Amino acid sequence: MMWVEEIETLPRAGLESIQLKRLQALVRRMYDKVLPYRAKMDAAGVKPGDIQSLADLRKLPFTTKDDLRDNYPFGLFATPMDDVIRVHASSGTTGKSTVVGYTAADIGLWASVMARCLTMAGVTKGDMVHNAYGYGLFTGGLGAHYGIEALGATVIPVSGGNSKRQITIMRDFGSTVLLSTPSYALNLADAMIDSGVSPEELKLRVGIHGAEPWSENMREEVERKLGIRAVDIYGLSEIIGPGVAMECLHSDHGMHILEDNFLPEIVDPDTLEPLPYGETGELVFTTLTKEAFPLIRYRTKDISRLFLEPCGCGRTLIRMEKVTGRTDDMLIIRGVNVFPSQVEHVLVGIEGVEPHYQIEVTRDGNLDVMAVLVEVSDHIFSDEIKVLEKLSKKIQAEIKDMLGVTCKVKLVEPRSIQRSEGKAQRVIDRRKM
Amino acid sequence: MRVEQIAVFLENKSGRLAEITRILAENDINIRALSVADTADFGILRLIVDKVDLAKEALRAGGFTVGKTNVVAVEVPDRSGGLASVLKVVNEAGLNVEYMYAFVNKSGANAVLIFRFDEMDKAIEMLQANSFTLLTGTQICAL
Repeated sequence: MMWVEEIETLPRAGLESIQLKRLQALVRRMYDKVLPYRAKMDAAGVKPGDIQSLADLRKLPFTTKDDLRDNYPFGLFATPMDDVIRVHASSGTTGKSTVVGYTAADIGLWASVMARCLTMAGVTKGDMVHNAYGYGLFTGGLGAHYGIEALGATVIPVSGGNSKRQITIMRDFGSTVLLSTPSYALNLADAMIDSGVSPEELKLRVGIHGAEPWSENMREEVERKLGIRAVDIYGLSEIIGPGVAMECLHSDHGMHILEDNFLPEIVDPDTLEPLPYGETGELVFTTLTKEAFPLIRYRTKDISRLFLEPCGCGRTLIRMEKVTGRTDDMLIIRGVNVFPSQVEHVLVGIEGVEPHYQIEVTRDGNLDVMAVLVEVSDHIFSDEIKVLEKLSKKIQAEIKDMLGVTCKVKLVEPRSIQRSEGKAQRVIDRRKM
Repeated sequence: MRVEQIAVFLENKSGRLAEITRILAENDINIRALSVADTADFGILRLIVDKVDLAKEALRAGGFTVGKTNVVAVEVPDRSGGLASVLKVVNEAGLNVEYMYAFVNKSGANAVLIFRFDEMDKAIEMLQANSFTLLTGTQICAL
């Protein structure tokens, strides 16, 4: 079943002509309304009229997270704030978060792309959808919520946390679809065992999981423990939030990109030259239809691959491979984006703490555990345990404030964190993906 | 009447204490008293040694974080009630003990109690007013 079959099964030529028209209008609008991007185009010597074909996309300058930071919070918005009806935010690389805005039409667009994604997973208006993505500044919860409502299914806006109560709700309300991060799905599976509820008592049929990387092994585990079919969803707040790409029930691998709205490219992360379909590189998106916060050639830093092989579902939309890594040092800890630079920012702000640190990520059961190793210098050392414990609690609290993630702080001896000649190894990720 | 104590940060991994004592031995430093305070993640080794500055430099050169603090050493007869008599005074004066440890001197007649108080000056004053014997670092090393 499809939400908008005429778009999703368009022959490529038809789809590309829609994309080109939208791209041309977008570039003209960006040039007129978004001055920082206009300056970039001028510097690159490109005018809106130069975009004559989709291949001309490569003439346009990229947009990066740094551009978002430099224009924090609303500097890249293309509409007056009067027309913006909602903002969301996610982690930036330093103290400033990445802020995104939506007009009423954008919220409608988001709901419709999300409804299309849900449809790909076989969700219909008859479903009871358990939305365990976090509600708030994070785009996951509300993004999915509006899509579920647009589809006409029943949404349970349960958000994250309190797993035992979630199991009770699932059983009593008869939830048929679960939306959550994959690690939270496993957490729920454990809570089910703890509550003595068996998968047979639930009506769960399908799980839609994203917002963090997960392996095929993890998928099998989710499917087995919850007795469901688990599919992958992709999105990022800069592009719209959840609803950029979705795995359908027929796809043997990869997710369909809703490319009538989000134009994908794969570029070589070093040369930034576009790569042909099938090659692995950095995923870049241009938002073709957003009003408040459109982006041209936004570098996601996610590593993936695009491919056009036909899918069993009949959709002609291009597919992207499950994201296999990042071109930067961003970590995803329990669904939250974490940059080592943010941790550094916190540490240098604490008197006496030297910015020699290392982030160690492990997985305890289903939960990501982040430990920050901090060297104890003479300045912060005390012969009293309580002074050092107070310090480690302070570091923990400030990191929690900045990132929204609880970490463990491990005090270590001076010079025990390896110094390398070049770039220090800031992150040791021991999770098995 | 204060005694200099050195404190060393100990990461919770094997061999650290052995490494510290090796460095002290190499520098011919004698440990008079010590205690280890530990949490799940780290420990603090507190030492009273005969050559405080040399110990500090040698350990620092060995890559350790070392601090120097003042503590009070009280000598009491080694019999029941010895510690209680000191703590009674401390308690009545409203002082807090941050930490303490103790050892018995060679003759076996007296015990030496090492204290770190929240208010060191007041503690020294109160203990002296109550006629307790406070030892200097030199006296401890001579025991």
